[in-house]
Amino acid sequence: MKASDLAELALRNLREAILRSSLTTLGVAVGVASLVAWLSLGIGLQSLATKRLSNSGLFDTVVVTQRRSLPSSRRQPAETSPAKDARPLDDDAKKDFEKLPNVVEVYSQIRFPTEVRFNGNPYSTIVAGIPASSQGNGSFDGMQGNFFSSPDADEAILQIEFARDLSSQPNSLIGKDVMLRYAERQALPPSTEGGAKGSDSTDDNAGGFSIVPREKTLHIVGIIETEPAAGFGGFGSGRLLIPQNVASTLRAAQVNDLRDAVRATSKKPVYASLTVRAKTPSMVEGIETAIKNMGFGTFSLLDATKNLRVFFTIFDMLLFIFGSLALAVATLGIINTLVMAILERRREIGILKALGAADRDVKQLFFVEAGVMGLLGGILGVGFGWLVGRAVTIGTNIYLKRQSLPSADVFSVPWWLVLSAIGIAVLVSLVAGLYPASRAARLNPVEALRYE
Amino acid sequence: MTTGNGFAVRADRVSRHYEMGTALIRAVDGVTLEIRAGEFVALLGSSGSGKSTLLNLMAGLDRPSGGAIFANGRNLSELSSLELARYRSRTVGMVFQSFNLLPRMTLEENVELPLRLAEVDRAERGARVQESLQRVRLEKRLGHRPSEMSGGEQQRAALARALVNRPTILFADEPTGNLDSATGETIMLLLKEIQQNLGMTIIMVTHERPLAERFADRIVALADGKLLSDGVKS
Repeated sequence: MKASDLAELALRNLREAILRSSLTTLGVAVGVASLVAWLSLGIGLQSLATKRLSNSGLFDTVVVTQRRSLPSSRRQPAETSPAKDARPLDDDAKKDFEKLPNVVEVYSQIRFPTEVRFNGNPYSTIVAGIPASSQGNGSFDGMQGNFFSSPDADEAILQIEFARDLSSQPNSLIGKDVMLRYAERQALPPSTEGGAKGSDSTDDNAGGFSIVPREKTLHIVGIIETEPAAGFGGFGSGRLLIPQNVASTLRAAQVNDLRDAVRATSKKPVYASLTVRAKTPSMVEGIETAIKNMGFGTFSLLDATKNLRVFFTIFDMLLFIFGSLALAVATLGIINTLVMAILERRREIGILKALGAADRDVKQLFFVEAGVMGLLGGILGVGFGWLVGRAVTIGTNIYLKRQSLPSADVFSVPWWLVLSAIGIAVLVSLVAGLYPASRAARLNPVEALRYE
Repeated sequence: MTTGNGFAVRADRVSRHYEMGTALIRAVDGVTLEIRAGEFVALLGSSGSGKSTLLNLMAGLDRPSGGAIFANGRNLSELSSLELARYRSRTVGMVFQSFNLLPRMTLEENVELPLRLAEVDRAERGARVQESLQRVRLEKRLGHRPSEMSGGEQQRAALARALVNRPTILFADEPTGNLDSATGETIMLLLKEIQQNLGMTIIMVTHERPLAERFADRIVALADGKLLSDGVKS
């Protein structure tokens, strides 16, 4: 029989037994919905965790330090010192890192204590430089106001707790100015014995530095609820955030400047550490290896991301098994429906065979009926699963809102899951139809015609 | 189409035995029969004589336990399941006592069904259905379902369905068994007309001797699965 005739007859048969076909299809739909809902939850949670961790800057960054020699005995100080033949972590090295594939940005951590004056009152706080790449990593999602208008803008974003210190109505601070009072390093002429260095190399302090008080007016453009981060020791404790370039030009004295000043190994200025940000966490490994090969010490949370992936793979597998249980029950429903259809249509099968239907035709007819139920059930099931996901997300977000927590999308239904779920539904239905279809095909036409 | 030597169907010592518990039922037992192309043969016998079983064997609905049946130039018992289905589809037309129309389908769809199974082009089907229904004078009932038709009309519809693939042999199993005598006669006249106009071989099972004597060219009588007599009418 031609495929079009087969499909036409199968659809007609399903229409004629509309109630039973619908209930069976609904059974498949419930099974697929269960599968989709569970897997969407797993994928959603994985995506949420990955996004949150990625936003933390812990998983897509490599911290680079000068290679250091380890202490050889207990009597030596616990802190390590740079290896004698180590390549200096200077601007040349920074440029080399920037040229590596999949590197988004390379920057040094700039964080310094300062005094902020607002409405004539002084407030002590920590200022942190924010690299431009932070805007796109989700750290600033949901902030009040805007991100910096440019990497060199004299603008500030306040952390909410600090903003509350300045005003009882934090949002009203947006658009106002604050005065920053800080300690600027000024380079001294190099001594004959060698140079000192600072943690930020934008100024030349190879010969040591002096401290000069400075002031800077900044325009408040935004307020952020959470603490954005950018790698280990990132901006976490920064309560007033300014563009990295601006922070760099301030040449503000930082907490570890004194320690670094006495550790001079090069006449050129060097960094205490540099943070290299990769496009995605999966690219960290390659970048880390390349930097190590250049002769630097590196640190990343690569193993932690691998463990996270293993955890979610197992988690998704368990959710798949839970979801599949309902689909297994639906499979029995299909078998039951088709076996009942054989009993009911025994005489019809006999007539078809008497009129020239081959065993293959009868088998295919039942197969197509099973496949159509699977296809419709799969499509419906994906829809139901999506609705369940939306309902759970809405419920979760209402709860999170009541707990004063930011909203989260705990469900994710990617296209591959939609297509796979429909494919699985059709496949399972066809497998379920195997036995009934074979049984129908094997019917003896003479016996089938006698059946009343 | 013939088996050679002008025969449409030839049964050679054909048997069909069933096991029922420990008993062996010899429904057809060593029957040899040659039916010429264009003949109208009545298989006559009482209930349980084996006439329907013999008809099913010759129609390719069942396989013999022994002996051979030749049709279309081939031994039916040697055909594969698929080849036997093709034989039923393209060489044979079947009419049953209980009409066996599919109740969910309209008359047009019922008659079209064998064309679907024989994979006839969709464009050709309409004309073939019309031709068949005109032959049984039901062309105006296309959209009716079997439940909306009388017994006679249903049997005519079944006849149209049997003819639509233009078979060379028509098998009719008690075609008047469910009809009153007047309607039965109409059906028999129609069968005779088809035999004469199309030159078709008709093999009919009946237990009504008068009907067989009136319409068939030849009467083959069976009893207890064996051939009792084989007489050509003068």
